[in-house]
Amino acid sequence: MDSLTNTIQAVPLNHYILLSAIIFSIGVMGVLLRRNAIVIFMSVELMLNSVNLLLAAFSVYRGDAAGQVFVFFIMALAAAEVAVGLAIIVMIYRNTNSVDINVLNRLKW
Amino acid sequence: MSTFYFIAFLSIFFSILVISAKNPVHSILYLILTFFTFTIHYILLNAQFLAIVNFIVYMGAILVLFLYTLMLINLNKESEPVKPFMIKIAAVFGGGILAVALVSSLKSLGASDPVVLKNPELGLVKNLGKILFNEFLLPFEVSSVLLLSAMVGAVLLATKDPKETKATI
Repeated sequence: MDSLTNTIQAVPLNHYILLSAIIFSIGVMGVLLRRNAIVIFMSVELMLNSVNLLLAAFSVYRGDAAGQVFVFFIMALAAAEVAVGLAIIVMIYRNTNSVDINVLNRLKW
Repeated sequence: MSTFYFIAFLSIFFSILVISAKNPVHSILYLILTFFTFTIHYILLNAQFLAIVNFIVYMGAILVLFLYTLMLINLNKESEPVKPFMIKIAAVFGGGILAVALVSSLKSLGASDPVVLKNPELGLVKNLGKILFNEFLLPFEVSSVLLLSAMVGAVLLATKDPKETKATI
């Protein structure tokens, strides 16, 4: 494990921020691009994960373990969010027979 | 050092495939691969606890939940809604603008120090457990209430209303 973690030592922090920013933007793009509610949920998961990675990188950079505890809480939150969200999607599918979010425009105006 | 860039390339590649795959099942499978690359990132940062939790919770629990829901909903390729071409262009443009804004604000920071693991014990279960049960004991207990309420809410939402089903029969 030591030889593996030694390889990371030369990576600048900016590159971690860059990677997380790109993956977060891909998640935003997915939310805007797709109309399938499940794929939109998956894009939200992608965004949550990119932020998790950045928190872990900052935690290692500062030598402070609080960042990694935050990531743990975000993971617990994501699990709860996914359970409730997928239950809502199943409910929507029962009522409208599709998961197209454009069907659900009654609250739009 | 090059390990990080290779894994970062794989993360970006698979996350683009997640949002571009036509079939939702393929999207979920690519998402599993993306989360696997994130697990490797955590291992490279020596955050072993997070790597294991990411592996078990995200790849094990959350994505299996996604696959089960997809199985219940029984989508196929024909029912996949397609957006008009102009809206797709606008969506990619909007996401690209966000990426450019984030990256250009990053440029103003200048060169940063490399990520150096000062304390090799930082991400180990022993160290994180001590912090979790001392400083973060109250949030840890509150998160159990959150998980319980999420479980009750999911069961409540997903079960059919018995009165309603009787009325329809």
